[in-house]
Amino acid sequence: MCEMVVKTARLMVGVPDYETYVTHRQVNHPNQPIMTYTEFFRERQEARYAVAKGRFRGCC
Amino acid sequence: MTLQAKVMWAGIAVLGAISFAIVALTRGEPVNAAWLVVASVCIYVIAYRFYGLFVAHKALSVDATRQTPAYRRNDGLDYVPTNRYVLFGHHFAAIAGAGPLVGPVLAAQMGYLPGTLWILAGVVFAGAVQDMTVLFLSTRRDGRSLGDMVRTEMGPIAGSIAGFGVLLICVIILAVLALVVVKALTGSPWGTFTVFCTIPIALIMGVYSRFIRPGRIAEMSVIGAVLLVLALVFGRTVSENPTLAPYFDLSGTTLALIIIGYGFVASVLPVWLLLAPRDYLSTFLKIGTIMLLAIGIIIVHPDLQMPAVTRFIDGSGPVWAGGLFPFLFITIACGSVSGWHSLIASGTTPKMIENERQIPFIGYGAMLMESFVAIMAMIGATVLHPGIYFAMNSSAGLIGTTAEQAAQVISSWGFVVTPDILTQIAHDVGETSILSRSGGAPTLAVGMASILSSFLGGRALMGLWYHFIILFEALFILTTVDAGTRVLRFMIQDFVGAVVPAFKETKSWTNNVIGSGLACVLWGYILYQGVIDPYGGIWTLWPLFGAANQMLAAIALTLCTVVLFKMKRERYAWVTMAPAAWLVVTTVTAGLEKVFSPDPAVGFVSHAWRFSQALSAGQVLAPAKTMETMSRVIFNDYVDATLSALFVGVVLATLIYAVIDVRKALGNSKSTAVEVGGAAIAGGNVG
Repeated sequence: MCEMVVKTARLMVGVPDYETYVTHRQVNHPNQPIMTYTEFFRERQEARYAVAKGRFRGCC
Repeated sequence: MTLQAKVMWAGIAVLGAISFAIVALTRGEPVNAAWLVVASVCIYVIAYRFYGLFVAHKALSVDATRQTPAYRRNDGLDYVPTNRYVLFGHHFAAIAGAGPLVGPVLAAQMGYLPGTLWILAGVVFAGAVQDMTVLFLSTRRDGRSLGDMVRTEMGPIAGSIAGFGVLLICVIILAVLALVVVKALTGSPWGTFTVFCTIPIALIMGVYSRFIRPGRIAEMSVIGAVLLVLALVFGRTVSENPTLAPYFDLSGTTLALIIIGYGFVASVLPVWLLLAPRDYLSTFLKIGTIMLLAIGIIIVHPDLQMPAVTRFIDGSGPVWAGGLFPFLFITIACGSVSGWHSLIASGTTPKMIENERQIPFIGYGAMLMESFVAIMAMIGATVLHPGIYFAMNSSAGLIGTTAEQAAQVISSWGFVVTPDILTQIAHDVGETSILSRSGGAPTLAVGMASILSSFLGGRALMGLWYHFIILFEALFILTTVDAGTRVLRFMIQDFVGAVVPAFKETKSWTNNVIGSGLACVLWGYILYQGVIDPYGGIWTLWPLFGAANQMLAAIALTLCTVVLFKMKRERYAWVTMAPAAWLVVTTVTAGLEKVFSPDPAVGFVSHAWRFSQALSAGQVLAPAKTMETMSRVIFNDYVDATLSALFVGVVLATLIYAVIDVRKALGNSKSTAVEVGGAAIAGGNVG
């Protein structure tokens, strides 16, 4: 329950689950580089605000 | 359905009906807010179970065996299969904002009943259906955006028209939301100080999460929240200090220029420094405050002071002009149906859905919750003494600038109020005056402060609660201003880049500075015009914002209808066609009335003519005070009339394309919808 709340709060600000990302890379892209948590966080932060087609967020 | 379930649903229906009867039929004596809450919740639950699921399973025919983009394109970053409760939170946080808080407050001038009825009916049959259907369409197209979907399903010209519509709504949304902040902070040193403090607080958080403890969202948010509370408490000291207070006691025009400048600087800074930390803080504060308001309303369950229906349903209201039809439906905006949500439902959410069966829970459900926020805003505005409500929301041109004048004018409207009540409430919330604080946020803040302080802190803390609510709204509006300016910049680069290709390069710093500058000039012009508008800005601009938002909703629902026909599901196309038709009718009627109505209070052109005639005769008409203001009023009337006409044009053009596409689809015996992926098994593991 607590873990869910934390995951929800993080996704609310655009940061998905890091563990899920690592597992995904290990299973599907073995022997390829995996971002550290800091890199992952920065990448997600940039992506959330990178303005491009189809990226809109809350207003009303 | 089992017998038990039948009994339960019958019970909910009866409870809802009783609550609604009490809300609707009570006359002459105040009705308790609890009935409104119970009636709304019953309607939401029944609507979800019996209409939302019907639309999802029968009309859209969601397919539990079909692979979603989260699996098909899983990259662990954008496309990630996500637990539905987590995703619900994400989606709700993305759609919730200032709209559902402001619209119902303004609509309360007609009494609590008309607005409430439209919030409920609108969300069930239009708003939630739109959000869910767009989410469904985007999920079947790898999370493509609304603009992209219009382009592929209705052709490039319809796509460009929709894109132009989005550009318009962005400009207006930024101007109007910034205006709400200006109206709330004008002459309020406490509020201004607190909101200014959010900038250094965000910078501290930004540096902390970038260099000191990278990515520690919880830690930085706690630091931010603590500093924010300190700023809030210290704000009172500043406002009572004769040396410091004048620095934060600013006029509307100064605040407008500061916000425009802020929007420009913030949108060219790196995101981690200011935008992201402020966004984190405002997101958590938003969710927390919404929960706090719900708890407050349930514990305190105050009586509604506003009558069920006021005399202003005839269109003579002081808060905004225009009759019940079509302007009530324009004013409520996001609480019942919001075109903006169609952009979000085709953004990040569809890329994370685990299974199509979860689409109604996330799309329809989150919108019901948004509608509940609107109901809470309606309660917040109507628990106030109607005299206070009208004093806060009418322009100085109507009610004057002193409590005595205001009390006299408002009492003459039939809402008896004494000057003492008006000065006392201002004193309670720690302000010098509450007159003409239009824009919804201050009214909601007073209403919520009176509810929250009655169970937490009493009258002594009312000022703190008031400024907390102002801070909460200002914080996420300023985040929107920052993020929105970036979006607008991108769209301008896209449009201008079609002519000057070099301008399309979004990595170029020069382009970004020019683009941001243009974006800020666009919304800043409308904001500034709103601030100096002798009618108080909101009176003129909110209907434009409402019309723009409904216009976008009409486009989104039209797209949904076209796709249903193309999928050969025309038997059920009425689920989106009916609300689309209603939105087209209200938007077009409102737009045309705004342009052509012979009533100068409603029609921009007739208003401009009246002022032009007076100007050539050398007269000055109230509320203008000088010849220069007269010319400005006339010019702005024409600008606003042009915008209204553009909305009508965009809606009608989309409608024409839709009719052509539907005829084509009907003539074809096979599905012509352009979907991605087919009947694979959901949950498959694709890299």
